[in-house]
Amino acid sequence: MTYELPHLDALESEAIHVMREVAATFERPVLLFSGGKDSVVLLRIAEKAFRPGKFPFPMMQVATGHEFPEVTDFIHRRIAELGERLIVAKVQDSIDSGRAVEETGKGASRNRLQTVTLLDAITEHRFDAAFGGARRDEERARAKERILSFRDELGQWDPKNQRPEVWNLYNGRIKPGEHVRVFPISNWTELDVWEYIARERLELPSIYFAHEREVFRRDGMLYAASEHVEADEERFTTSVRYRTVGDMVVTGAVQSTATTLEDVVAEIAATRITERGETRADDRVTEAAMEDRKREGYF
Amino acid sequence: MAGVNGSSNGNGNGHGPDHAPTPAREASGELLRFATAGSVDDGKSTLIGRLLYDTKAIFEDQLDQVARASERRHGANGSATPDLALLTDGLRAEREQGITIDVAYRYFSTPKRAFIIADTPGHVRYTRNMVTGASTADLALVLVDARNGVVEQSRRHAFIASLLRIPHIVVVVNKMDLVGFEQEAFDRVVADFTDFARKLDVSDTTFIPVSALQGDNVVDRSENMPWYDGPTLLHHLEHVHIASDRNLRDARFPVQWVVRPGDAQDERLHDYRGYAGQVAGGVLRPGDEVVVLPSGARTTIAGIDTFDGPVEEAFPPMSVTLRLADDLDVSRGDMICRAANRPLLERRVEAEVCWMAETPSDPRGRYRLKHTTQTTRAVVENLRHRIDVTTLHRDPTIDHLELNDIGRVTIRTAAPIAFDPYARNRTTGAFILVDEATNDTVAAGMLLGAASEVDEAPDGGKLSREERWDRLGVRGATVWLTGPAAAEAATALEGRLVDAGTPAYELDPERALSTAATLADAGLIAVVAGGTDLDAVRAAHTGAGLDLLVVEVAPDAVAETVERVAAQLARR
Repeated sequence: MTYELPHLDALESEAIHVMREVAATFERPVLLFSGGKDSVVLLRIAEKAFRPGKFPFPMMQVATGHEFPEVTDFIHRRIAELGERLIVAKVQDSIDSGRAVEETGKGASRNRLQTVTLLDAITEHRFDAAFGGARRDEERARAKERILSFRDELGQWDPKNQRPEVWNLYNGRIKPGEHVRVFPISNWTELDVWEYIARERLELPSIYFAHEREVFRRDGMLYAASEHVEADEERFTTSVRYRTVGDMVVTGAVQSTATTLEDVVAEIAATRITERGETRADDRVTEAAMEDRKREGYF
Repeated sequence: MAGVNGSSNGNGNGHGPDHAPTPAREASGELLRFATAGSVDDGKSTLIGRLLYDTKAIFEDQLDQVARASERRHGANGSATPDLALLTDGLRAEREQGITIDVAYRYFSTPKRAFIIADTPGHVRYTRNMVTGASTADLALVLVDARNGVVEQSRRHAFIASLLRIPHIVVVVNKMDLVGFEQEAFDRVVADFTDFARKLDVSDTTFIPVSALQGDNVVDRSENMPWYDGPTLLHHLEHVHIASDRNLRDARFPVQWVVRPGDAQDERLHDYRGYAGQVAGGVLRPGDEVVVLPSGARTTIAGIDTFDGPVEEAFPPMSVTLRLADDLDVSRGDMICRAANRPLLERRVEAEVCWMAETPSDPRGRYRLKHTTQTTRAVVENLRHRIDVTTLHRDPTIDHLELNDIGRVTIRTAAPIAFDPYARNRTTGAFILVDEATNDTVAAGMLLGAASEVDEAPDGGKLSREERWDRLGVRGATVWLTGPAAAEAATALEGRLVDAGTPAYELDPERALSTAATLADAGLIAVVAGGTDLDAVRAAHTGAGLDLLVVEVAPDAVAETVERVAAQLARR
């Protein structure tokens, strides 16, 4: 008998360990659930960490109001099936209360406003740890992010002043008003996530699979035509799927006829473009776009 | 695949003609974590860039970004190939200063294995970053520039790798293209490094001549160095044996979380109580007799549960949930182990630490020590010496540790901690110190063993060691015998010494750790046959300035070994 642990099991075990550590050492954790594939993996990790007990934290969706309806339905249904609690924090509420100001014109989105809503919700519910599905392979600024990422009382990230993270010993001590973001699947790649979804037979929102959709092309990417977007570009209908799930305004689709999980995994394995490079307008603004938003307290 | 959205048919035909087939990853492939350290000039970033590029872990948009950045930095007329070093460049501050200032993690995989690179800067002022990257690594890449040979920086990296007990070291002799691919340059590095490594605790070292810039022996075999018949770097990374690097002998299970679904709908679960955690050592099976520390309560493992159902065995680093046969009071921070194979349970411990904070160590400082899943208050009671990471020189005259210092300390904790020496188990032997005032992580520590009771002698007795020994006419020491004939030789040696008027005492190996150094300090010769605690016993003796003789006994040489050891003791 050789005691070798296949790499997906090793990554899974690390993620479970992180979740249990945080649940055991923080007062009020929350799991940020967008319905995207990474947060779907987080939900499964939570089941593996805490069943047959209940999750020791609620889930929270930060809703821009521009979600794909398929994704919103999925979020509510999944959490209900699990018998767990869902909190919805709405960007619209932040706008109505004057905490956030809607962008206007072409290219306007509520992407940046999510940060305000998220930080307000963290303060309101006194959350001290927020699980997210971010991965270090997504983007260069994330390659140095810690698994437990410390945020000051303004919710900001200081890349130059990160706590050293040695072995699997996480330092979860914070002062009142501060919080940590926790990324249990930091060490997973996009391919790992897809292989795990296939292995665990996890359900995903239908937009991850090829479907007919009315789209328009902008900056080389395909966007869904919807009432939330001002677009004078030509609209056309084609078979697309999504590689990531942001809101409709900022998330691009890829042309694809992959209707099964196996097809999608095969496409991912063969692709030559990162998911954020291919489908996220929000990362394209400047070379350091992600780093800037992270400092402000973005996911 | 029932229940998976959209998976009802397998006829999806989404592959365009230009999708190059990527070899499928084997689901059974292991995960290998390796650490690199290096500075701007030694080609480390180029080497990593080359690994990522040649294993096709780089995507087109990332290459575009690099090409744009190369142009900005080197001008549009720069080299035709993108600067691979820029692939591993992270934060903006680093891009501006052209240096790597933190630990960056990179990922790639081949059909054989998945890899995580912990990429750290190599300068001495980033020792803490190197320690961070090394802490979880299975393997360390030490880069040597073939033109310069083994320099200060390569020695420092090798020392940190050995301090953190990285099981495998690969010395990558880079820039072979700049020395005409000559074997002589490579051989000189092998000889120099081997000579230096004798002072370190390094078990497996491999040397590979490469040119990261041109790709020789990184992923593809070099045609420029026919004299080298070893593996390429990637081949070695894919095949080096790592499964037995983890401790599979000593069952260790730090309890992390208690699963108690008392209010569940399912009535069968009302009495369910499970202890969740990650296996830190050994192999656990249902039916094993175990003991819970620190209480010492005994029970057996009734079952090992996972979300996917019960399992027949659990080994590191699996995350599982144990059910115990008896209803005991077990909580987070407790350690479950075999009754006959227990970790040390101590409140005063010896450790090597790397200081990681701007604020120096303070003997009056109040720290939280986190070890496995346990946290307790701690003070740094005694600072024995600081180790120069470049010369390995030990300086006992210091009174505090500063950022990036590595030192040997005695730590006292409020509650006893259940641990193994770090050399024996990297999980149960590691800890961090957190400053209670700032909440910063100020130190990473590796436990050596219990602080020897010898340290308390000055308080307990009126006589100093020298005075006692002089007046008795003795010189204490411990003799540690190993090999199949160790027990026979121990008994013979005790008799031989006592006959000659030398006080000697054969100790049960189980008691060696707590007692040997004390007996030696009192002036006796403590004789121990084998046992598992050599590392800790050695640490206790070194710390107290006492002699420890480790002698291997061949089965056919008991008598002569006894005579040799007796003579050696008498000569002192």
